[in-house]
Amino acid sequence: MIEFLMPSLGADMEAGTLIEWKKKPGDTVKRGDIIAEVETQKGLIEIEVFDEGIIGELLIPEGAKVPVGTALALINPSGIASEPEEEEKIPEKKPVALQPTEERILEPISLEKTEEIHTKASPFAKRIAFENQIDLSLIKGTGPEGAITKEDVEKTLAQRDITEKEKTQEVAVAPEKPGTVAESIRTAVAAAMSKSNREIPHYYLGKRIDMTNALTWLKEVNSKRTVKERLLPVVLLIKATAQSLTEFPDLNAIWDDGLQQKKDINIGFVVSLRSGGIIVPAIHQASLKNVDEIMEALNDIIPRARALKLRSSELSDSTVTITNIGDGGADTIFGVIYPPQVAIIGFGSISEQPFAQDGMLGIRSSIFVTLAGDHRATDGLTGSGFLVSLNKYLQNPESL
Amino acid sequence: MNEQEIKKTIFQLLKRIAPDTEPSELKADENIRETLAIDSFDTLQFIVALNEQLGIDIPEEDYGKINTLEALVSYISRKKK
Amino acid sequence: MEKNNDKITITYREALRQGIRDALQNDERVFLMGEDVGRYGGAFAVSKGLLQEFGADRIMDVPLSESGFVGAGIGAAMTGMKPIVEVMTINFGLLPMDQIINNAATLQHMSGGQLQIPIVIRMGCGIGRQLAAQHSHSWEPFYAHVPGLIVLSVGTHEDARGMLRTALQSPDPVVIFEYTSMLNLEKEIPENSAAVNITEAKVLRTGKDLSIITYGTGVYKCLEAAAELATVGIDAEVIDLRVLRPLDEKTFLASVAKTHRVLVVEDAWRSISISSEISARIMEKVFYDLDAPVQRLCGVEVPIPYPLHLEEASVPQKNDIINAVKKMIRHD
Repeated sequence: MIEFLMPSLGADMEAGTLIEWKKKPGDTVKRGDIIAEVETQKGLIEIEVFDEGIIGELLIPEGAKVPVGTALALINPSGIASEPEEEEKIPEKKPVALQPTEERILEPISLEKTEEIHTKASPFAKRIAFENQIDLSLIKGTGPEGAITKEDVEKTLAQRDITEKEKTQEVAVAPEKPGTVAESIRTAVAAAMSKSNREIPHYYLGKRIDMTNALTWLKEVNSKRTVKERLLPVVLLIKATAQSLTEFPDLNAIWDDGLQQKKDINIGFVVSLRSGGIIVPAIHQASLKNVDEIMEALNDIIPRARALKLRSSELSDSTVTITNIGDGGADTIFGVIYPPQVAIIGFGSISEQPFAQDGMLGIRSSIFVTLAGDHRATDGLTGSGFLVSLNKYLQNPESL
Repeated sequence: MNEQEIKKTIFQLLKRIAPDTEPSELKADENIRETLAIDSFDTLQFIVALNEQLGIDIPEEDYGKINTLEALVSYISRKKK
Repeated sequence: MEKNNDKITITYREALRQGIRDALQNDERVFLMGEDVGRYGGAFAVSKGLLQEFGADRIMDVPLSESGFVGAGIGAAMTGMKPIVEVMTINFGLLPMDQIINNAATLQHMSGGQLQIPIVIRMGCGIGRQLAAQHSHSWEPFYAHVPGLIVLSVGTHEDARGMLRTALQSPDPVVIFEYTSMLNLEKEIPENSAAVNITEAKVLRTGKDLSIITYGTGVYKCLEAAAELATVGIDAEVIDLRVLRPLDEKTFLASVAKTHRVLVVEDAWRSISISSEISARIMEKVFYDLDAPVQRLCGVEVPIPYPLHLEEASVPQKNDIINAVKKMIRHD
């Protein structure tokens, strides 16, 4: 049996609420199938399965909120018959029912709430209570000065496990409160960006790139197309970025105690939400897509990102990020890297600028491109080479 | 299709793209994109929607001619004739 | 000395002597000097017979001038010898502190790495022989404070025999604290001396309910206390720090992560002590593994008294340890 776990959809996610199972025991699943819908800080996410096989057992009831890494279901891998005794196996971590009043994901800070009412508890007791989502204020401490100890929490846990089964049946899905999503996205962005600024030593490079050739080519192409098939300039920027990354694979990587290059170039594209906050869905295998396919991908993911209806792989698979100001906005944007990635490419707005070329000064459409790199992973030379390569591709748009 | 009908369609489509705004409160000479904070991607969606709803094709070089409500309405009126 | 299945029963004193003999036999650069180490056989008879065996060139009596002869030892170490310098008791260890800190601990740094001081300084230390404040104290923390020194505490017979040999291999100055109250104590150790490391603390007894961290004379007291606690169902882990500088925090932090409760036991005065440092590191690094505040049993902050009952009351004893543990586990 394979344990199917609550996936992490980014460095900032700690838990998710299982809203709906899309599969039932006995269903055959293959890689990429949607197995469930999970409510996270980033909205309602469709969770994909990465194994082939038959669903054995669903371990978590709908409505339960569980930490990242909790087993959600057991899957029988294809071709292997299930052994009856294995069916008995129950993972150690029990699902935790979410009370309708506890809407927000528990952050460590929520422990301080218990401080406010002067609940004394040992650090370790607090930790295991937090991990098991137990409300310390409901426990009577038996430690020194009435402090709650590990033993007290463990007793409560044992009691809860006994009544777990009946309880979980009754839990209803908590109704979504308005404003909560915007708040939780703000919290998610805050957590990821704080982590980034705290841990990643950024270096910044910038290059002004002449976009006249690219825009001329685009205009010509678009003039032959119906409205629906037209390309936006950003498609060329994404494609050129993906092409350049094939030449600088150290920038398409993650940092986890060392640089780990990623095979696929999955470009996270920053989408601003009208209600505030950002969400960064991935354009999978961007280097293998042509410009039309990238435009299709944008047409698909941007509306879904804005509606907070993304799939798990789109939130967790990005290997590098692009942030694009769009026209009429600021000239330059210096990005903050989304951990554990090691680079973010920032495109300012395209504008007409005096541009010196071959000893002549002319007015050209140009864009200021920046790269923020993780200095633990790469050096300025790599970043500079990347920007030069990006320029090369954008001067030859037909090659894209 | 009269001017009122055109406006109504425009407001509907803009509302769909920017649900948190009130397109009907746009002044005639206000820049639509700036006022409603619509980005280039949504602009394209809007133009695609106009194409689908009203059957008019706005070529890229005309994008500059439809910045305000007034301009857009008269542009569509001309195209529809 | 009694043989028993490749084990021998041996006094702490004899274990120390074997360590010194081994060192003298293994390397001709090694020599011993100190007050009365030769003709008298050592103030505590640790070096008895060594003068006859190795001669006056290698077992040197020195005048009563700690600053002078420790300095001479440092000079010898600097020029290629491997001196073992004995300082009779830690009270006299304050006199050569200038040499130990300003020279031994510092010269490698100040010479840009050109000089190394492979000296080993043995100091008689501790409480428990009614030698009063003149000749007994637990001042390990003074030395453990100094960067550049390696500071060892001999809490077991195995270490009494083995630590010196490893210490002499160190290119850095080493201070070894030996405990005079344990000299006549007999324990069983393996017959063949194996090399001991001087980098790690040692878990001498594993347990799951709490970690007792100690060193020096605390080691056997804590082991005895743990054995008695086991009879009332409390399973204590006992760790001998062994190395007071640089501290092997990995070992004790791992233990705390397992047991979630800690008692630190030492004879030294409580304030600014080894236990203060241990407690601080536990708080810094494994705070969220703690199920109770770190507790300490330390020496009472007085000059060591002469009367036996007061001397005993001035440092933690087995029953104090048992009571402290029971209180922590049962909150009574």
